[in-house]
Amino acid sequence: MAISFKVNGNDVSVEAEADTPLLWVLREDLALTGTKFGCGVAACGACSVHVEGQITRSCSVPVSAVAGKAITTIEGLRGADGTLHAVQQAWIAAQVPQCGYCQSGQIMAATALINAVGTPNDAQIDAAMTNICRCGTYPRIRQAILAATGQAAKATNAGAA
Amino acid sequence: MADNPTPHLDENTAAPEAKPKKTGVKRRAFLVGSALLIGGGAFGLYLAENSVRSRAKALTEAGGGHNFLTWMKIAEDDTVTVYSPHIDFGQGSHTALGQMLADELDADWTKVVVEQAPADSAFANTALVTSFLGEMTGMPGVINALPAPVVGMLTRTQNIQITGGSSAVRFTGQMGMRVVGAAVRLALIEEAAARLGVPAGELVTANSAVTHTASGRSLRYGELAAGAAERSLDGSPTLKDPKDFKLIGTGVPRGDIPAKVDGSAVYGIDFTMPGMRVATIAAAPVRGGKLVAVDEAPALAVKGVEKVVKLDDAVVVIAKGYWQASKGLAALNPEFSDGGNADVSTASIYAAQDALRKAGQPTNEAGEGDVDAAFKAAGDKLISAEYRVPFLHHAMMEPFAITGHFTEGKLHLWGGLQDPLGARDRAAKAAGLTMDEVVFHPMIMGGGFGRRFPGVTEILDQIGPLAKQVPYPVKLIWSREEEVRHGTYRPQSSARLSAALDGDGKITAWRADYVQSDNAEGETTFIYDVPATSRRHFEYQSNQIDGPWRSVNSTQIGFYNESFMDELAAAAGEDPYRFRRKHLPQGSRHLAVLDAVAARAGWDNPLPEGSGRGIAIVESFGTIVAEVVEVAMNPDGTPKVVKAFAVVDCGTVVNPLNAEAQISGGLIMGLSSALGEAITLEKGAVVQSNFTDYPLIKLADAPPAVDVHFLNSGAKMGGIGEPGVPPASPALANAIAAASGQRIRTLPILAQAKA
Repeated sequence: MAISFKVNGNDVSVEAEADTPLLWVLREDLALTGTKFGCGVAACGACSVHVEGQITRSCSVPVSAVAGKAITTIEGLRGADGTLHAVQQAWIAAQVPQCGYCQSGQIMAATALINAVGTPNDAQIDAAMTNICRCGTYPRIRQAILAATGQAAKATNAGAA
Repeated sequence: MADNPTPHLDENTAAPEAKPKKTGVKRRAFLVGSALLIGGGAFGLYLAENSVRSRAKALTEAGGGHNFLTWMKIAEDDTVTVYSPHIDFGQGSHTALGQMLADELDADWTKVVVEQAPADSAFANTALVTSFLGEMTGMPGVINALPAPVVGMLTRTQNIQITGGSSAVRFTGQMGMRVVGAAVRLALIEEAAARLGVPAGELVTANSAVTHTASGRSLRYGELAAGAAERSLDGSPTLKDPKDFKLIGTGVPRGDIPAKVDGSAVYGIDFTMPGMRVATIAAAPVRGGKLVAVDEAPALAVKGVEKVVKLDDAVVVIAKGYWQASKGLAALNPEFSDGGNADVSTASIYAAQDALRKAGQPTNEAGEGDVDAAFKAAGDKLISAEYRVPFLHHAMMEPFAITGHFTEGKLHLWGGLQDPLGARDRAAKAAGLTMDEVVFHPMIMGGGFGRRFPGVTEILDQIGPLAKQVPYPVKLIWSREEEVRHGTYRPQSSARLSAALDGDGKITAWRADYVQSDNAEGETTFIYDVPATSRRHFEYQSNQIDGPWRSVNSTQIGFYNESFMDELAAAAGEDPYRFRRKHLPQGSRHLAVLDAVAARAGWDNPLPEGSGRGIAIVESFGTIVAEVVEVAMNPDGTPKVVKAFAVVDCGTVVNPLNAEAQISGGLIMGLSSALGEAITLEKGAVVQSNFTDYPLIKLADAPPAVDVHFLNSGAKMGGIGEPGVPPASPALANAIAAASGQRIRTLPILAQAKA
């Protein structure tokens, strides 16, 4: 069946079985491979995208459920002028990624958190950032979120433990 | 010692016997083949034979520029391209290797590019093999037995292009990149001297240019490259004094990071090409089992499914996309045999290990002094404890994915593995092809941690036979469930440690009896000053394929030794930090590291009730790491890690930003494994299936920050990717004991804390 929705501001229409997870439509039909497959059961968050601004694990959402909705993927975070999102810039400044595979999902989770609460504190970061990183980049993820929200001093203190 | 570097696992897993069987996969031995062990090794500059040089030139000079020694190229616009035989899966070795070569070369860092070396034998990593040879045999004295070109030839014969053993920087960097950079710099100076008609001694180099200071005349490296590339190179150039380093020791940002934050980095699983189909696979649930029968019809009835392929021990469904393939596979009800392993379980393995240890016939033994005599004299000052650790899954975030296309007699492969050259070799054997008929295109990897060595990578056996059956390119993706259930795990292992204490609370004798597949001697250094020691390895192999898991044997050996040190401290009535102190030589690097971590952690500062600190120190891969973990016990009996500290002596730090990330990440991976991770077996098959029942640590449970500090001792360079892991689990267990009085002797911790 044909299913239409918006991705990163563009209208798209795909021919897919209704039960196909959004993840595979993004990756295989729309060539947006920045969204990653990690577990297929919404346990790791590597596939995180925004659906109508809400953080969503795309491996466990059928594409039929997003018909008519607006989706943002990691490729769509840049501003209209091509500049990276402040969170992406903070990620580079803090040199967060190691293998990098989970980082698209981490950044989508972080941007959703910041969109929701503005200036997250440590407890809010703990509660919202539930994506898995096997490389163990968590301290730098926390540091980058704090830095991106004007709390760099706090991040520096955290770094010095 | 005769182990092939890329063993065929089929030969070893096919045996129907239920009893434990050697797989032939020696987790270290695959690094070096028999030829090398016979031949010996050599440090120094690898001066390639002409045939190799011309192949390297052909592979790298297509876009212009001039190749030097296969390892690097200088283009007319001064761009220096460094070819790394190591894969960079986020450990930052490409950046570090580039820094090392560029520093010696006096290159302009803004014009240095590090690329993955082609998966061609011209780029086999000689320095790594020769160095591990010295490390493994413990005989650095043999290293000059053969001239370097001969060793290079042997290395290429063995098809080794490995990333592992925390080796990139300390071996390839120290003995390869720096030497090449220094030698090429001298050739550039010679060329400039000839062109300018001045003595070489009057020339200086900086920022990719040679300058004659007296006349102010200068030539750029790009202008000199063509001539310099024809000059013979100094095989043993003088390397820079560390005080003259400009790039080594600085935290230059990693080049691969921007693409990893904007979604543009293309990993193996992201690869696509016109006409490509996607496949997924289910292998026999019990290791050693075979595919007996499968009715293909239910899969073929799923929309989008195109073909079902039967392999010896697995069934594969090929479809237009992953979802269809996955649905098709789920529709099948394949029948597998169990290879006679249906009785294997976690409990049966521990029972067999205990029986083997109690039988008292060690496979390997090391140590010094008369432990038995000391134990007899000890009377009731003899302390013993038994420890157990489970199989651990690597859990790299990117599941295995390799694309294969068999066309015009060649098998093309796209994917990420820790040894591209070894990957070609293994895939060729499985597909009945010669190595020249396999072209491997290395791609970025979403983690590895030891899982992506070709020696333990069965997907290479699957992709060739699969691709040969279809006329189109096919990407084979393992589901997370396949990944979890068919891992090549850190082995399930157990140990009994015993020690005698004298009246002054000094250890007079120490024995460690450990049961597992590998002999860990020579890998995890026993650091304490004890007059009589005995380390006895009882070799045991289950039906699983034991693989190298980040820091290999040092995780469990570190857990055993450092947990037991705390138990001995308690028996002696002493503080665990000071008890360790008095067993480390005065003035030693170990003592400096231990003291530094205690100071940074505020070891003597009082903690509230229900909180505690644990300390541990492990030397592995030539690096000494001490860690302190601070926990606060939750009301449900689980520990909350509040703070973590690491002090590291790896000799010299090449890139502090990156080294800090490796140690911090390693510590967190160690905490994760100790807290919750275990692969268990029932009826021969793995019980766990996904992150739902194989829990990894998440941000909220990791320490908010890890305080990492380096002591730049200037000692021989050690590894950085792995040594952060081993001290974490004993430091955590020791912290729990301090906080709650509960001594953890079996991992993982959470399984017991909540029980």
